[in-house]
Amino acid sequence: MTNPQTVPVTPNSANEETPLLKIRGLEVGFETQRGVVQAVRGIDLTLYQGQSLAIVGESGSGKSTTAQAVIGLLPGTGKVLGGSIEFEGNDLTKFSDAQFSEVRGSQIGYVPQDPMSNLNPVWSIGFQVQEAIEANGIAQGKEARQRTIEVLNEAGLSDASERLKQFPHQFSGGMRQRVLIGIGLSARPKLLIADEPTSALDVTVQRQILDHLQTLTRDYGTSVLFITHDLGLAAERAEQLVVMYKGKVVESGPSREILENPQHPYTQRLVAAAPSLASRRIQSIKSNTSSENDLKIFGQGSLDDALIARAASREAGAKTDLIKVNNITKVYEIRKQGFRKDKLLAVNDISFGVKKGTTTALVGESGSGKSTVAKLILQLEPLTGGSIEFDGVDLAGIKGDELLKFRRRVQPVFQDPYGSLDPQYSVGNTIAEPLLAHRIGTPKERFNRVSELLDQVSLPQATRHRYPGELSGGQRQRVAIARALALKPDVLILDEAVSALDVLVQGQVLNLLTELQTELDLTYLFITHDLAVVRLVADNVCVMQGGRIVEAATTDEVFENSKNPYTQELLEAIPGANIKLGA
Amino acid sequence: MLWYAGKRFLQMIPVFFGATFLIYFMVFAVPGDPIAALYGDHPPAPGVIETIRAEYNLDKPFIIQYLLYIGGLFQGDLGTTFSGRSVTDVMAQAFPITARLAMLALAIEAFFGIIVGLVAGLRKGKLFDASALVISLLLISVPTFVVGFVLQFIFGIQLGWARTTVSGAAPWGELILPAIVLASVSFAYIVRLTRASVADNLGADFVRTATAKGLSRRRVVTVHVLRNSLVPVVTYLGVDIGSLMVGAIVTEGIFNINGVGGTVYRAITLGEGPTVVSFVAVMVIIFVLANLLVDLLYAALDPRIRYAN
Repeated sequence: MTNPQTVPVTPNSANEETPLLKIRGLEVGFETQRGVVQAVRGIDLTLYQGQSLAIVGESGSGKSTTAQAVIGLLPGTGKVLGGSIEFEGNDLTKFSDAQFSEVRGSQIGYVPQDPMSNLNPVWSIGFQVQEAIEANGIAQGKEARQRTIEVLNEAGLSDASERLKQFPHQFSGGMRQRVLIGIGLSARPKLLIADEPTSALDVTVQRQILDHLQTLTRDYGTSVLFITHDLGLAAERAEQLVVMYKGKVVESGPSREILENPQHPYTQRLVAAAPSLASRRIQSIKSNTSSENDLKIFGQGSLDDALIARAASREAGAKTDLIKVNNITKVYEIRKQGFRKDKLLAVNDISFGVKKGTTTALVGESGSGKSTVAKLILQLEPLTGGSIEFDGVDLAGIKGDELLKFRRRVQPVFQDPYGSLDPQYSVGNTIAEPLLAHRIGTPKERFNRVSELLDQVSLPQATRHRYPGELSGGQRQRVAIARALALKPDVLILDEAVSALDVLVQGQVLNLLTELQTELDLTYLFITHDLAVVRLVADNVCVMQGGRIVEAATTDEVFENSKNPYTQELLEAIPGANIKLGA
Repeated sequence: MLWYAGKRFLQMIPVFFGATFLIYFMVFAVPGDPIAALYGDHPPAPGVIETIRAEYNLDKPFIIQYLLYIGGLFQGDLGTTFSGRSVTDVMAQAFPITARLAMLALAIEAFFGIIVGLVAGLRKGKLFDASALVISLLLISVPTFVVGFVLQFIFGIQLGWARTTVSGAAPWGELILPAIVLASVSFAYIVRLTRASVADNLGADFVRTATAKGLSRRRVVTVHVLRNSLVPVVTYLGVDIGSLMVGAIVTEGIFNINGVGGTVYRAITLGEGPTVVSFVAVMVIIFVLANLLVDLLYAALDPRIRYAN
């Protein structure tokens, strides 16, 4: 689309005159050694008082850069090259630093993405909130302190008055995000920019926080500009959508319209790929309540028919259990102040089986013990109680050669595609390393095996000589999968293996995993917090909470008639879960 | 926290005994007879040497010598030098001078180092930053005695602003020039440390959030950038207290200051066991205390650091 159209936003009845935020032909570039790289290439966007709008796109689409330009916080060498950003009729691009600090906080609030890194670790929570209140002239001294407590209470921290003196590291991620929302709204700004405000949080926490944000902004009449990669979330939380791709707006309009009738091919792909929506789709296919028409609209895209068909046709087959977990328990000792030790029951008497050639998903929020289970199965941590059988053999006593043989057959893939690859190792060496460690093959054979693996994960052969730093997140995760496959394992333990990826890339990697499973008869243990993804790939689901399995059933049973209140809560929390498709 | 500090104090006991023992042994093991050396080419009557040996316990086995020294230590007697002065006296004269010099140097390097480093970090890549880097590199690579002689020449002789040598009592004013010389290398390191740390923190997410709150640039820098940047600088300063107290030999030599460095140097060449060991023991204690101070300052600067066990 060469000519991005102007956003045809219908203003709220009350505000027909000036829009709150009007962006016209905005261009933003970053100076690099090879000249200026344009991140935003002439976008238009209009937001009226009291409205909510979401900019959706994958990483690198320019959505965050747009938000940062609005609040005058472009990182590094970023510069507005052209166009205008009018806020209540004043062009922000012409503002000086001093003028900008007048607007920031008091007129435009900002809620950043990562609650872990966005609070200063060396100042107390109270100090950091009060500072914002005082800087914007809302109140001073004692009054500001009182206001701080109010702001935090409103943001959902009921015990704020006792916790003012605590530091960020004493707060959980969700609590910190509430603090950041409190800061963003503390001066009652007219516009709140929420840049991926919940993407670092668990689904249920995400839902609570978004609900809360919605209530607050509605009560104060604050306009919200969401930045997100999650189409489901965007559609659920914003009235208007703007879809960005490679620095341009490819489609914009009311959320429901775009979701139900995407025009641009890219939007169609996004809609097709969004796991939250795809899982709705499967449901509609399964329950047959939707018309043929819907299938045509949503059936195109990267998370394609194969996946959906697979999801639709899967059964919990009567195969044998490859991994059998019997009443396992894991207790960690945590040192407390002085000499006391506390016991933490990370995994509490759980049992389940993973059938050969199937995918079993272990779902839960952070702290539920799901990753501990992965470590226990991988024999990376000793069991406190119970037993684990692999292929009929109890793993309790194995060591030496037996253990090596087990490790060859069960391989892990971890979450962080940045952290789990050695930046000093070329891709070829990374993939060949397990072969070398287990002394398999001659150098020539290893070379050929790497070529074969690169083919299997659909990476070009030239990738062999490149380094992780030169690859995208999706490519890195492919390398990690290739490395895991090098030893021809029977089982892959995928610990949040796609959680850090963009939707489209996530779709591609899920497709790849499904293909590989059919091709190589692999068994997957899929550990994730994202129920939407589970629906696409898993045959069986175990829902974990507080170290226990609260529900274990086939995927369809879990999604269609789960009786368990916790599972229902998780299902409810999937962004976009409440959007009715084809209704 | 109190428990932690107490534990660290207890740890000083073995460190103290270990260090004094090793030093005493090294002085003992140095070849040559210190008493014979005192008399040079004209050996005294054999009886005299025996008497002196007995007086300084040099006729007893090493371990007895050490135990006698430690025994005396607990009675407040650090022994005597060969010239008959008590070691306590020598220390009371030398340590205050060196302490004054070290404190001045520390103040100079911390104050100017942090300011220059902060400005350079805020203007990374600009002229000020580039000059700060070049100057600090120069200060690091040029030996201290060159810097010392050059400053002595310019300020002492050409301009006549300062005395080229320091008088016996070494008042604060006369120590400023030597302190600048002594501080020069550490100043350069502190500039670089602060600069790197500030530049790093400027890009931190919480700094962006602070700006988005509507804070002025000035407040963002002083409240959110500077404090976070000080942790590595404080570490360096703590280690430096120790080396300033000990490593001033060159500077003390240039300006003829009667401090710790020169005294220890002379005691080593004379083989005066008690003097060397007493001085070194005090230096060890200063080192350990300085490290403890750094650890406690860490906790004050960064609330995430809490010492439980």
